[in-house]
Amino acid sequence: MSIILDHVHHIYDEGTAMASVALADINLVIPDGQYVGLIGHTGSGKSTLIQHLNGLLKPTSGSIYFNGEDIHDSGYNKKQLRSRVGLVFQYPEHQLFEVDVYSDVCFGPNNLGLERLEVELRAFNALKQVGITEEYFYQSPFDLSGGQKRRVAIAGVLAMKPQVLILDEPTAGLDPRGKEEILELIARLRIETGMTVILVSHSMEEVARHVERIIVMNKGGVAYDDHPSAVFGHFRELEAIGLGAPQITYIMEALHQSGLAVDRSALSIEAARDSILVALR
Amino acid sequence: MSIIETKQLAFEYIRRDDEGNVEGITRAVDNVELAIEPGEFIAILGHNGSGKSTLAKHMNAILYPTEGVVWVDGKETTDEEYLWEIRQKAGMVFQNPDNQIIGQVVEEDVGFGPENIGVPTKEIWQRVEESLKTVGMYEYRKKSPNRLSGGQKQRISIAGVLAMRPKCIILDEPTAMLDPTGRKEVIGAVTGLNRSEGITVVLITHYMEEIINADRVFVMDRGAIAMTGTPRQIFSRVDELKALHLDVPQVTLLAHELKKSGIGHLPEAVLTTEELVAALTGSGRMGRNH
Repeated sequence: MSIILDHVHHIYDEGTAMASVALADINLVIPDGQYVGLIGHTGSGKSTLIQHLNGLLKPTSGSIYFNGEDIHDSGYNKKQLRSRVGLVFQYPEHQLFEVDVYSDVCFGPNNLGLERLEVELRAFNALKQVGITEEYFYQSPFDLSGGQKRRVAIAGVLAMKPQVLILDEPTAGLDPRGKEEILELIARLRIETGMTVILVSHSMEEVARHVERIIVMNKGGVAYDDHPSAVFGHFRELEAIGLGAPQITYIMEALHQSGLAVDRSALSIEAARDSILVALR
Repeated sequence: MSIIETKQLAFEYIRRDDEGNVEGITRAVDNVELAIEPGEFIAILGHNGSGKSTLAKHMNAILYPTEGVVWVDGKETTDEEYLWEIRQKAGMVFQNPDNQIIGQVVEEDVGFGPENIGVPTKEIWQRVEESLKTVGMYEYRKKSPNRLSGGQKQRISIAGVLAMRPKCIILDEPTAMLDPTGRKEVIGAVTGLNRSEGITVVLITHYMEEIINADRVFVMDRGAIAMTGTPRQIFSRVDELKALHLDVPQVTLLAHELKKSGIGHLPEAVLTTEELVAALTGSGRMGRNH
């Protein structure tokens, strides 16, 4: 069971003077339970890509398979797809709208036509999973802090019990502590539920530290698709497409060039420290 | 004379529940005393809720002190007579580029401020041209702002402030919503206008790597200034910064870790990759000689 993209193309405003190619021949297999980082500068096609994964956008040509079925076959249950592939948009707190936190999280499962008891149970569990305690359940979502609002928005998606969780820049605009909390939450959720997680991010440090696979988008195509240390080995090419590597990659590269035999693929402070200590000995 | 000065500045706001009953008072800024000299590059760090934005909003009379005084270029901000003068002298750039662009065309947006204060048309065009050139956006002057990237939009916002001929520019997390390229563009533009135009810069940010060019850094916590110093002095206090939940650049953290592991001859605070490489390859050679 997995997500498969087979020769996916997407052209916005096809057939008009404004036509622009947003995705060009994307071929990807994302197996169950993988933690994938999706990077690319603004306009590289990341957002277009993720909106294809739960059927919000339809490819101009090519197919997308979820758990072995073509999601654009006639008769395919799109509603179920959208509960299985949960999408947390950028600044998801802007989409909170209910009178209290609990009702907001109930909205999604309620829409699935589940029984009231099941809806409430799911909302309760989802809020617990994201660390929102009962004292906040009946407060207006607008009275919460930025980080809390974002957790509530994530809970709204979790209450749909997705198999795949896609987060579009979930840490944007948060301070370092808020960022760390959200990333820890995602890592924990992934372990607890076995969900596939796709993290869209602008922070190279963030993806380097958390994901097991990085997909780099450029001009609507996949520029690199590999494990983090292999992708960041291409830091010069990444810079040319408006990205870069974590600072640690540049440090290790510079040390290596000045004759110190360090491991250039180290991505954490600890690994870099150990490698430098060995090289200095 | 300082361009911005505060004395025993405090700001409180009243929290109310749905019915409008008072729930409590939050002291967002607590007894802040600072003096910023003309031409300085000041960085203000602090986590969300530490009071840095509230403090910044006092610097061009968007907020007024509950207690204490704020002077901008010698004028008290509560003196209504000088309100427009103060806003013109100390311009502000906010976090979200989409919330501060109003024009349909780039040059129209940049010209909005000077037009509003009755600058003659010929001079408006002159100012628009100069401002756009300073931030490197002159070739986009006829474009629609909608079609620009976040970093470009922020540079347009900065140009809009520059067109008012300010002495001081205050930027409240201008890069928080940008990608790495956008961040570099904006910080490059800000550093440039400080160095070549001599404009005082107050930069509020979460990103430590953006402050290494600052003359002085203020770290805020719970409404008060918790640390002050040059970037190097601040970065040498890694453990305190971590306790305040601030991000330390990876190069500084790595140097700190290496120092703890017994690489003794590293400097107090390492700010750049070049510094670390120089220090380590020096120490490496010594290691091999022993």
